[in-house]
Amino acid sequence: MAKITLNINKKDYPLEVDPQMPLLWAIRDLVGLKGTKYGCGVAQCGACVLHLDGEAVRSCVTKVSRALGKKVVTIEGLSATNSHPVQKAWQEIDVPQCGYCHSGQIMSAAVLLREKPHPTDQDIDNAMAGNICRCGTYLRIREAIHMAASLQKKTGLED
Amino acid sequence: MDKDRTYLNRRSFLKASILSGGGMMLTVSWLSSFRSADKTEILGMVDQWSSLNGYIHILPDNKVKLICPNPEFGQNVMTSLPMMLAEELDVDWKNVTVEMGPHDPIKLGAQFTGGSNSVRMYWRPLREAGAAARQMLREAAAESWNVPVSEVRTKAGMLTHASGKSASYGDMASSAARVPLPKDLKLKAPQDFSIISKSKKNVEIEKITSGKPIFGLDYSVDGMLIAMIQHPPAFGMKLKSFDSSETLKMPGIKDVFTLKLYGDDFEQGGFDTRTFNDLLVVVGNSTWEVINARKKLVANWETAGDVRETVVGRAGKREVTVPGALESTSTQMQQMKEYARKPAQELRRDGDPEAAFKNAAQVIERTFNAPFLAHNCMEPMNFFAHVTSEKALVAGPLQAPGWSEPTLAKLLNLPADKIEIQMTRMGGGFGRRAYGHYLYEAALISKKVSAPVKLMYTREDDMTYGIYRPMYTATYRAALDANKKLIAFHVKGGGIPEHPVHANRFPAGAVDNYLAEGWQIPSNITIGAFRAPRSNFNAAAEQSFLDEVAEAAGKDPIAFRLELLKRAKEKPVGQNNEYDADRYAGVLELVRDKSDWKKPDNEKYNRGVAAYFCHNSYAAHVVDMVMRDGQPYVERVFSAMDCGIVINPDAATNMVQGAVVDGIGNALYGRLTHKEGAAQQSNFHNYRMIRMNEVPKRIQVHFVQNDLDPTGLGEPPFPPVFGAVANALYRLKGKRFYNQPFRDELESAI
Repeated sequence: MAKITLNINKKDYPLEVDPQMPLLWAIRDLVGLKGTKYGCGVAQCGACVLHLDGEAVRSCVTKVSRALGKKVVTIEGLSATNSHPVQKAWQEIDVPQCGYCHSGQIMSAAVLLREKPHPTDQDIDNAMAGNICRCGTYLRIREAIHMAASLQKKTGLED
Repeated sequence: MDKDRTYLNRRSFLKASILSGGGMMLTVSWLSSFRSADKTEILGMVDQWSSLNGYIHILPDNKVKLICPNPEFGQNVMTSLPMMLAEELDVDWKNVTVEMGPHDPIKLGAQFTGGSNSVRMYWRPLREAGAAARQMLREAAAESWNVPVSEVRTKAGMLTHASGKSASYGDMASSAARVPLPKDLKLKAPQDFSIISKSKKNVEIEKITSGKPIFGLDYSVDGMLIAMIQHPPAFGMKLKSFDSSETLKMPGIKDVFTLKLYGDDFEQGGFDTRTFNDLLVVVGNSTWEVINARKKLVANWETAGDVRETVVGRAGKREVTVPGALESTSTQMQQMKEYARKPAQELRRDGDPEAAFKNAAQVIERTFNAPFLAHNCMEPMNFFAHVTSEKALVAGPLQAPGWSEPTLAKLLNLPADKIEIQMTRMGGGFGRRAYGHYLYEAALISKKVSAPVKLMYTREDDMTYGIYRPMYTATYRAALDANKKLIAFHVKGGGIPEHPVHANRFPAGAVDNYLAEGWQIPSNITIGAFRAPRSNFNAAAEQSFLDEVAEAAGKDPIAFRLELLKRAKEKPVGQNNEYDADRYAGVLELVRDKSDWKKPDNEKYNRGVAAYFCHNSYAAHVVDMVMRDGQPYVERVFSAMDCGIVINPDAATNMVQGAVVDGIGNALYGRLTHKEGAAQQSNFHNYRMIRMNEVPKRIQVHFVQNDLDPTGLGEPPFPPVFGAVANALYRLKGKRFYNQPFRDELESAI
């Protein structure tokens, strides 16, 4: 066990934790933020995607120790008012069915859009193939990413 | 809508009460059964829909809070059911908030999500609840204004009179609660709907996009412990002994113990299916600690042998022997081939099929196979329980709380009124969460450790100890006469451990000589409902077979089906044909037209068509396949649905699109196999799921426009996708695909 501080969504959380613990479980069980989801535990489904210094990582296989000194952003911190272009597009297209995988989908899509502001379908296929949606909402995810790209162009990315 | 009006009045009673903070709570109880007058309605799941209640809260500020009775697993009932209430209540949807109700069958009815039943079972009751509340509000206004009630009008939560008087529902709610209960109610005609059939956003969309803790796995209380079960390594095995000393040394671990789920003389209900009865449990402070500590368990397992179980289902009480053998897929396949040759149970017979086959000019015989499928809900099985000697609070993802509660009461030895079941949003269900064993497990663990506990299955637990879609096979035979006319049809289907045959569905009723038979092989591998049980195999096999028969008859596959349906309509063969031939033909015609089935431009696509009837609805798809990067790829799909009135068109479209994607994925990739009782797939690295790069560019969904009472939608579009994919693959590869998942034969064919 080690005493560490995680910076999550711009807030410091002092924790006493096994540094080997995956970030996913530290955030869910110890910090208590439940938006980041467990789906497979082996980096196969993408339900646990969050941002580590702006990079999309699978928190189920990312040790807490890797997050030291870095900025963690979870779905709860993607925007202050649920208004990141990706969130807005998701709401507008009404993408989810059960909704469980969508934290991870949205967090993956947000990084895609930062890196490729105007993604093609092929870009979306490449970037999002790591996120499973069991309900099969992929077509709406694709549509929402395109919409988010145009929203982003209009309004700019929220900090 | 005369049918609705007569349905309502005499059978209903209503109670209203005034909330302590003002406003009106209307509780509506129905004594009626909700079986439709429509003879073709097949409820097919349970007989419990004999009473139902709905909640409407109207607050003084004119906000309306509607309670959704049914658990939500992505079919969007939290939006569609309240839409039905709001329509007849006549309120502004913008002023409506929705909450998931607790399990409360007295006030909220059957509360069962499954069998594509939610909208069907609540269609009348919720509109009646809305209409009753509106009527009471009008009467209250009439009394207050001293005008005839017939002159009081409503619009979007406001009451008005030609004299200029007006009041909000909130203003009148307290008085309305004192109004005698309406004896007769008039429901709106479909052409007057202003909320129903107008797309509304998912009422929980903002919670989902901001990561609110709405799922079962998110449920948490102070002091909650985490529990996991170490299951045997294979079906057919049980715990012999264990050593937990290393586990108990691990940080955060509270306890390791064994638990028997059901006692020796326990009578299992039809949905009490569980994977294993003797449970080895690890309890600790946090998920990661329990995951690690569980790995340190030293457990010795032994074969369980045959197990006797008592099951009390709809067919009464029966003793079941679950065989103890450690089963492997290869031997199961062999066993199925042997059973397929044996005599089977006759399920339906029309005419003289044996003579017709004997005299046929041509007989086509084909056998189709499909594997076990894991549900793979994105949220693995889990449940919260806090059980004390006096009461139990349980919360989590559950499709049928009403089926689980009696069993839980028995297991905990508590009266039902001391058990509170809260239904969280489910991260998928697909039938899996109709089986509440993980809830019972959580409750017994909580009782044992005297603390609030979250039982959690890892993905590996969830996949390898599932309640799977059964393994199926069916041999179809068709007899053509010298004029290539279909004169006889025979299906003999079997499965482990149940057969798939729906004997009274198309093409039954359309062929003079017809025989349906079924057989089954018992197994210790646990099975249960999986999105459109049995249909999800039948549609694949039968619709693929009919495609081949149409080809042999020299006919277009859609025209061939339409000819059969014409026969079924004009001169139906036999009794108990479940489907309406007109509506079945309707979706085929719609998909034919919308897909430009015969347009030469579309010749670049390898087109497959399939249609199916289940859950009282009709679905047809045209799948357009191309080769892309050396792989077959479904580029676009056209879907036609007839599910009567569509409550929430955009959400319904989403669900059909999802069913198409789910169908393509399972047809091409879905498979769970066993070796000596052990599942050979354990996570998404070896259980292939369809992904973003494999889904169509476009899925165009069309609904037949009619004003018939709504029928199922969550399941019906799913089964025929398999058949359409198989038929498109045939056009692409020039060979037929009989064995699911098709990926295997595709890879060997490439």
